[in-house]
Amino acid sequence: MAVAAVKDRIAAQLEELQKVKGSIDPENLVGVVEAVIDSIEGDMTAVGLKVYADIEALARYINTARAEIADLRPDDINSTHLPAATDELTAIVGATEQATHTIFEAVEGIEALTAQMDPEVASQVSAAITSVFEACGFQDITGQRITKVVTALQKIESKVDALLNAFGDDLKRDGAPRSPEKRTTTPSGAPARPDEHLLNGPQLPENAISQDDIDALFK
Amino acid sequence: MSSVDMSMPILIVDDYKTMLRIIRNLLKQLGFNNVDEATDGSAALQKLRDKEYSLVISDWNMEPMSGMQLLTEVRADTKLKNLPFIMITAESKTENVIAAKQAGVSNYIVKPFNAATLKTKLAAVLGNF
Repeated sequence: MAVAAVKDRIAAQLEELQKVKGSIDPENLVGVVEAVIDSIEGDMTAVGLKVYADIEALARYINTARAEIADLRPDDINSTHLPAATDELTAIVGATEQATHTIFEAVEGIEALTAQMDPEVASQVSAAITSVFEACGFQDITGQRITKVVTALQKIESKVDALLNAFGDDLKRDGAPRSPEKRTTTPSGAPARPDEHLLNGPQLPENAISQDDIDALFK
Repeated sequence: MSSVDMSMPILIVDDYKTMLRIIRNLLKQLGFNNVDEATDGSAALQKLRDKEYSLVISDWNMEPMSGMQLLTEVRADTKLKNLPFIMITAESKTENVIAAKQAGVSNYIVKPFNAATLKTKLAAVLGNF
């Protein structure tokens, strides 16, 4: 039998196996190759034997990789570590928001007292209050940055899920993939927005343009 | 003498309550006291259709309707199309600014910003005050 015919038979059997099981286990791969090799015994060529040896080595490699990945407990990454990290980050946003509003309450209280102050002092206090308001913008920016990190974690979660699915149920203890890689809806469930491609969030200083650059675009 | 009506109704739109409070306070310090708030584009659009505003100051990245979508809706609305619209956002890529300008934004402020920048942009859009 020609090598091309061997390859065709292997491909056909793998396709059949994938239809039935959804994915191909390395053990099944070896089984398919062995079945084909057995059926063509007698007219095996050197090339055919090499194909067989290569596939067997590949299957062994995949099995070893699968065992190593199983030792890493990838299902724990999705079921425990990533959700915990997401929760912690969300808690940071909540805590900073609460603290910021406490600062606002205090500063707005001080601002109300400026009417009773000497005008010169009141002016200095007002300027200081303005600086506090400006500085409190950190909460909005850090909140958006943390949201970007949470989104990145969710993408990792989806990749790990894909890995678990590819390697079969023995690596996976719970659940189906939680989030698709490409969002077609927003987290609230609404359809993805037409300006989705422009939603980059806060940029690192080296990637951002300055207010002066922006102003130049409006001239 | 200022030609700007300091009691003009202004709508500020941001999904972060912190930022709404910052902008409100900075506007108050500049003398603007008639300020309403919305936390996303769709709520803002409803307010704009219910009441006559003289200025919108909006964030970009909000859900379910973004500031960009709000801007597009405003410019497409025969009654609202000439409404001054300032975007205050952390979206600081050139492509964002160009897209907003093409959509008809009146001015664009990148976060974090300060009171002086806000005052300058308000003056550019409304006239000196």
